[in-house]
Amino acid sequence: MSAPETNAAGTTGADAAVPAVRMREVNKAFGDNVVLDQLHLDVDPGERVVIIGPSGSGKTTILRVIMTLERPDSGTIEVGGRHLYHERKGDELKPASEKHIRQVRANVGMVFQHFNLFPHLSALENIALAPIKAQGRSKDDANQTALELLDKVGLREHANHTPGQLSGGQKQRVAIARSLATEPEVMLFDEVTSALDPELVGDVLEVLRDIAEEGKTTMMLVTHEMGFAREVADRLVMFDSGRIIEEGRPREILADPQHERTQSFLKAVLAH
Amino acid sequence: MDGLLLTPGQYASLWIGVQITVQLLLWSFALGVVLSLVFGLMRLSENRFARGFALCYVELFRGISSIVLLFWFAFALPILLDIGQPSRVVMAVLALGANMGGYGAEIVRGAILSVPKGQHEATTALNLSGFHRVRHVILPQALPVILPPFGNLTIEILKGTALVSLVGLRDLAFSAEILRTARTQMEVPIGVPELFINVLVIYFVLAQIISFTFRLFERLVNARYRQRTGRRAVDVSGGAAAPATAPGDATGGT
Repeated sequence: MSAPETNAAGTTGADAAVPAVRMREVNKAFGDNVVLDQLHLDVDPGERVVIIGPSGSGKTTILRVIMTLERPDSGTIEVGGRHLYHERKGDELKPASEKHIRQVRANVGMVFQHFNLFPHLSALENIALAPIKAQGRSKDDANQTALELLDKVGLREHANHTPGQLSGGQKQRVAIARSLATEPEVMLFDEVTSALDPELVGDVLEVLRDIAEEGKTTMMLVTHEMGFAREVADRLVMFDSGRIIEEGRPREILADPQHERTQSFLKAVLAH
Repeated sequence: MDGLLLTPGQYASLWIGVQITVQLLLWSFALGVVLSLVFGLMRLSENRFARGFALCYVELFRGISSIVLLFWFAFALPILLDIGQPSRVVMAVLALGANMGGYGAEIVRGAILSVPKGQHEATTALNLSGFHRVRHVILPQALPVILPPFGNLTIEILKGTALVSLVGLRDLAFSAEILRTARTQMEVPIGVPELFINVLVIYFVLAQIISFTFRLFERLVNARYRQRTGRRAVDVSGGAAAPATAPGDATGGT
């Protein structure tokens, strides 16, 4: 289904057979507003998929149903070959227990547009919380890892600062470090630069580029940063009215969009 | 009317009552806090039955006057359950605590709802368990919202303790009443206005202690949010994080 070259970097032979994320006939509506319409989407391990589309097209909802922040109305989602919302009992798929959902969800992490850092905790505590409380790692070990991650995002000296003391760009880098701390196989990025002042966007994209270059994390990004998409994404997915209307290599789509709505969308986005 | 002070013996008599009142207050408060948290969280549960049960509790114990509740716990319930005559103090604590829980649960619910949705979503994204979400993310942020009305509620409980004299407990109000009825047989006769001015002052002081304690606690909690460096600092220079003393703004920052 997906182009063969999307399988290139960072995938091992064993993993390649099982998609990191597999969505089948996923439907989601808010009232009369259909945001996901029979969605089919496979993402390979280590693949970097950028989802674009007009606002309100439901692209953020794709990420939110994978993170279990919204329940799909119907359809199935698999993460690393395991059903997220269902459990196999005999030959049947039954709705999954909370326990099962938690187990599968452990492989997914998400970074939000508005950071959602915990305001009462320092940068370091924000990052170390989940490793300690959700993964049972020792405090020393988790703090050590948190400091390394802060190093990676260039904010080691801010370890003891609370979110209130950080700029937007710094907050988002802490939020990315927090999400990396539990080492999820799939990372979801929901318009992570949209709430930032333009001069702060670069640092955050730099961090995303580093994660992409390591190549071991599957990344799904909703963004309007077309330059970044062209440079980093293996695949660009154009989403509109609950459906994927066009997908392929970023360079090709950006240079020569086939679908009329992709053309008008790109024209609008690239114009300013 | 020569002076407002009572004799040491009369104060000793009131002191017995103060001890009962404070004891009732502390235990009712402890029970009330636990019930507030439990039922406040249950009111927001995804489980419909838990939600319904919590709503029944809130409506029941908020809706019944505390004196009726007190009579129920002290007189009716022991007969219905056939448990003889349990300690009046325990039964009074149950009644007052349950009453506080009914109000407190709604305060807790409102405070949790005041925590932004994004915070809840972040706990899901980090795959924290329900307990850890509440304990480490939601409650710490709900606490500044919970504390002021809980201070009010605690003073309400203090005032509510005066009702226990009606089920025969010798609290401060009851001790005063004992002194009043016995005033003519005392070596040093006691004026009724003087007596009750003393009682009034004692209740006022108790209420002020509660207010002060809550204000102190509020300040501690709010300090956590204040944008200041060096709090609960860890060593960032290298190695595993060891608690360090406040380094001030040595890090420079942006």
